Amino acid sequence: MGDHHHGPAQGISRWLFTTNHKDIGTMYLWFSFAMFLLGGFFAMVIRAELFQPGMQLVEPGFFNQMTTLHGLVMVFGAIMPSFVGLANWLIPMMIGAPDMALPRMNNWSFWILPPAFLMLASTLFMEGGAPAFGWTFYAPLSTTYAAPSVTFFIFAIHVLGVSSIMGSINIIATVMNMRAPGMTYMKMPLFVWTWLITAFLLVAVMPVLAGAVTMMLMDIHFGTSFFSAAGGGDPVLFQHIFWFFGHPEVYIIILPAFGVVSQIIPAFSRKPLFGYASMVYATASIAFLSFVVWAHHMYTVGMPIAGELFFMYATMLIAVPTGVKVFNWISTMWRGALSFETPMLFCIGFLILFTLGGFTGLMLSIAPADFQYHDTYFVVAHFHYVMVAGAVFSMTAAIYYWLPKWCGRMYNETMGKTHFWISFIGFNITFFPQHFVGLAGMPRRIPDYALQFADFNMMSSIGAFIYGASQLLFLYNVVATIVAGKSVSDEKVWDGAEGLEWTVPTPAPYHTFEEPPLVPKPVGTI
Amino acid sequence: MRKRVAGLILAFLSPMSVAQNQVNMSPGVTEIGADIFELHMLIMWICVVIGIAVFAVMFYSIYAHRKSKGHQAAQFHESTKVEVAWTVVPFLILIAMAVPATSTLLEVYDNDEAELDILITGYQWKWKYEYLDESGEPVAFFSNLATPQEEIYNTDQKGDNYLLEVDEPLVLPTNTKVRFLVTANDVIHSWWVPEIAVKRDAIPGFINEAWTRVPEEGIYRGQCTELCGAYHGFMPVEVHAVSRPEFDAWMAAKRGDLTGMTNG
Amino acid sequence: MSSSSSASARHEKYYVPESSSLAVRATIGLILSVFGAALVLNDMTYGSGDEPSASVWVLAVGLMFFTFTLASWFGTAIRENLKGMNSNQLHQSYVLGMFWFIFSEVMFFAAFFGALLYVRQFVGPWLAGEGDGGRMNGLLWPGFEFAWPPVTTPQEVVGGVDAQVIANNGAFVSQEKSMAPADAHAWYAWLPMWNTLILLSSSATVHVAHTAILADRRREFNRWLGITVGLAVIFLGLQAAEYYEAYVLYGLTLNSGIYGSTFFMLTGFHGFHVAMGMTMLLIQLVRSVRREHFTATDHFGFEASSWYWHFVDVVWVFLFLFVYIL
Ligand code: HEA
Ligand code: HEA
Ligand code: CUA
Ligand SMILES: [Cu+2]
Repeated sequence: MGDHHHGPAQGISRWLFTTNHKDIGTMYLWFSFAMFLLGGFFAMVIRAELFQPGMQLVEPGFFNQMTTLHGLVMVFGAIMPSFVGLANWLIPMMIGAPDMALPRMNNWSFWILPPAFLMLASTLFMEGGAPAFGWTFYAPLSTTYAAPSVTFFIFAIHVLGVSSIMGSINIIATVMNMRAPGMTYMKMPLFVWTWLITAFLLVAVMPVLAGAVTMMLMDIHFGTSFFSAAGGGDPVLFQHIFWFFGHPEVYIIILPAFGVVSQIIPAFSRKPLFGYASMVYATASIAFLSFVVWAHHMYTVGMPIAGELFFMYATMLIAVPTGVKVFNWISTMWRGALSFETPMLFCIGFLILFTLGGFTGLMLSIAPADFQYHDTYFVVAHFHYVMVAGAVFSMTAAIYYWLPKWCGRMYNETMGKTHFWISFIGFNITFFPQHFVGLAGMPRRIPDYALQFADFNMMSSIGAFIYGASQLLFLYNVVATIVAGKSVSDEKVWDGAEGLEWTVPTPAPYHTFEEPPLVPKPVGTI
Repeated sequence: MRKRVAGLILAFLSPMSVAQNQVNMSPGVTEIGADIFELHMLIMWICVVIGIAVFAVMFYSIYAHRKSKGHQAAQFHESTKVEVAWTVVPFLILIAMAVPATSTLLEVYDNDEAELDILITGYQWKWKYEYLDESGEPVAFFSNLATPQEEIYNTDQKGDNYLLEVDEPLVLPTNTKVRFLVTANDVIHSWWVPEIAVKRDAIPGFINEAWTRVPEEGIYRGQCTELCGAYHGFMPVEVHAVSRPEFDAWMAAKRGDLTGMTNG
Repeated sequence: MSSSSSASARHEKYYVPESSSLAVRATIGLILSVFGAALVLNDMTYGSGDEPSASVWVLAVGLMFFTFTLASWFGTAIRENLKGMNSNQLHQSYVLGMFWFIFSEVMFFAAFFGALLYVRQFVGPWLAGEGDGGRMNGLLWPGFEFAWPPVTTPQEVVGGVDAQVIANNGAFVSQEKSMAPADAHAWYAWLPMWNTLILLSSSATVHVAHTAILADRRREFNRWLGITVGLAVIFLGLQAAEYYEAYVLYGLTLNSGIYGSTFFMLTGFHGFHVAMGMTMLLIQLVRSVRREHFTATDHFGFEASSWYWHFVDVVWVFLFLFVYIL
């Protein structure tokens, strides 16, 4: 039997060959941040072109490539891997496990990501250009009418799917099988719970996406008729399959964020999470409902009215469990002893802005109203509120919160708070006006627009540059912390923090919990 | 540029009034448009009220329960009663929203008994309109973006209807129930005119139905709202609603010019 | 190893492998394979077709590299197990891993079954003008009537293969146009029925093999496992015959509209999974015959393969029902 009391190997082989959940978590996090910068760069191109009416910087076709790659890179490259990275770092530490259940596969799930994105990005330089059909790649624009690079796009999606499926199988196996004795399901930290449910969602819907792109591949290269009426198929079939994946996907993005917020708010309220059990049930209900609401993205495709009504009612229902979560967070803060370090600020920012985004989501769910909202900037505003202010803000909070535990050094609080305020303000300047132009009738995915939308678009672009620049401050702060931050050695970096990860030394050693810990009284019990 | 900044300031001072910097949905001119607008305002205000209530509690807590003020944390963390309450109350609110939503939806779907059928076909990147019900010669024509390249590429002053103008608009009679049969020839498009509250996807090989009854004469503009390739941003819709006699005259004239035109 | 605490007495030590190059090698193999596959497909569809191309080599090298890496990966896992490094807990992780992998496969097939049901229940009737199909039929596809299995595609009805450029299309060439029982020459010549019998009995034989190994009766185990693999081979053979019948005799191809699309994608992916399952079982057979692997208590490699086999079987039952019978 191997002796596990060793540190990491030296040099590049440490990262290439590692089976350590912390190393792999770190790689995921850095990779996703790189993708965030890349996706953000594409967004900057979009916002620069939209700064003024008229075509200035790029051609319309290229603009569509930017929109498409921005969406794809952000969703599949930035957000999803960042939460997988977080899961890698934290889940074993939170449940008292020595590592992930299947460490070699863990490494593999990470390493296929960078080349897959390289392949995706390389389509920019191919004949006919990169995919230009939006991140939702509706057929037949993405099949019969697509550039040849679509084949590479399809295989890139396949590989990303394989990575996600392996990653989530690993998480499920870890959570179900590796909990320390005494760590029962209802004692697990909420972050672990949300990830367990997210992993179920992933295993259920990523294969469906694989099926969708496979049908595309067949339509393109082998003459099948899945998405063509002439052969008896239907372009709308593509949308049904895509959104059967796509809607759960948006909860895949947000559930781990809910988990993060559920860890951080109690810590800075110095009070246990309110309604632990109902949080678990709410998360499960959201996941369950997410399977039966997909066609709310398709209200205008001409579904029969029965379908329209069913999907409207089901979608509206999601507001109930999500509301339960919001109310529980606020009750956690209620009569706590609140302090406002950077992670808490980002969580409060999350709480406000995510709820706003949820409200616009609810408005979109009302089918007849959606006839006016659909495919306008109102939708763009909605999903950036839930994805940027939801997922990205909570991810940022998570980094500030756990970074000291990971590297044994404290970030610069002033810089952190500055980052928060610039982000918060910049974000709202960027995306709040998009509600207005959307309601006033500006379609999405257009490189140029009518004159009445000019002012708000300029404002939005300015906000985007501010928000983008603030991310560089974040990068600087993180790097400076790792290289030369003030050392911390308390096991509990934050006085209100609860959970097993705060019982190991700081910085967390390369291997933790080779012997299962005694599980202390968990959060949420008396 | 300075004018634009001034416009921005104005936008905040006088929301809802000017068409420039409009911040809200337009109620449009049709009955359904108005219904949708009301529905939109209703749900928006419900959300605003809930939002104010929720955030008021949160901000009070942020203000009053600060550690820096020496507030000690309570340790309560569970209450089945409140959990049930905040499950049931939002549910009831949702039902209240669902009722008007359902009736408006039924109205939108009421495609029967139209007096005029128009087949709308989306092409990359133009619309084709075919009047189906009129007896006699078929009337069909394409409608293309009319904004010149110079305006788009900034070598010429942009006109008022920049990107929202076409060479040949769709002409509709007022106070007539018009049914649109929407389809496409290549990829999916979506035909949208906000002011008459019609948005329907144009799907190749399928026909979707939608309808309108325009009460007022006027020019109503819209755009394609489904990404349909490079020039998706450049396929506007322009609808001219005219009185019945004017419409008939237009139709007669159109028959005159179009004799012998094939679907090209 | 550090002094054993009371916790470790209750808990076996979990085996966390040393760092390993397997993942990176597998990555190289996988990426080369998909990159090569994309190149080959693009040559096929967009290329001029006459220049000899390196694409095939990229694909071939990738696939070979990938296969070898997987082999050495599984080999490593087997060796570790034989050396006794695996705890019961690790075994449980493998069980969970296999279970959820199969679940993900189920969802992959669900996408295709979903497509089939949607097309049959909604799209076909709409195109023919029923229900919500409304004016569609009269304006776009006049004369198209829907039936399942479909005799024609909408495009064929309105004007043949080249009439419209909306989509790829092709036509059947024969009188017997479908793979349904009604179109079979005689019941005994209806291959799908035989295939169903074969697969169902193979599920039984693999189960008998399982009972045998549980009782440590190796010869019996080998025999029944061998029979299972044999049945798999027969199944694939009959499936090939079925494809020949469809493609060559009936003119039912991937190009024949939605019927051909759903038929070949469902049966094709199923056949591919049968081939994978058969390979897995074959490897277990070789391990048992040549190396005397597996005992009554330790035979996860076989067990996982047999689960996979049962899954493949269940998929076939659904396929038989929805593709052939209903
Ligand atoms: C993180 C991602 C995320 C999340 C969490 C959500 C959450 C929700 N989304 Fe959103 N959505 C997207 C990402 C997300 N969405 C994306 C990416 C798109 C566009 C995709 C594309 O086309 O490119 C989209 C598009 C989209 C549409 C389609 C719009 C269109 O194209 O026309 C719809 C329609 O129903 C919708 C609805 C909802 C609803 C009802 C919720 C709900 O979950 C929200 C629930 C939350 C609340 C309601 C707030 C808190 C609740 C309370 C305080 C309780 C009390 C409240 C009431 C009773 C009102 N979303
Ligand atoms: C989680 C996912 C996510 C995230 C984080 C973001 C982040 C941002 N997005 Fe979004 N976006 C999507 C997901 C996301 N987006 C999706 C799914 C779509 C739909 C695509 C489609 O229609 O198919 C979309 C579409 C979309 C549009 C509509 C495009 C169109 O319809 O044509 C716009 C327009 O403003 C936009 C803007 C932005 C901006 C300004 C940010 C900012 O938050 C980005 C900030 C980050 C950075 C800027 C990077 C850091 C800084 C640098 C790299 C340095 C350089 C910068 C400066 C010097 C200023 N996005
Ligand atoms: Cu046509 Cu967009
Ligand atoms: Cu959705």
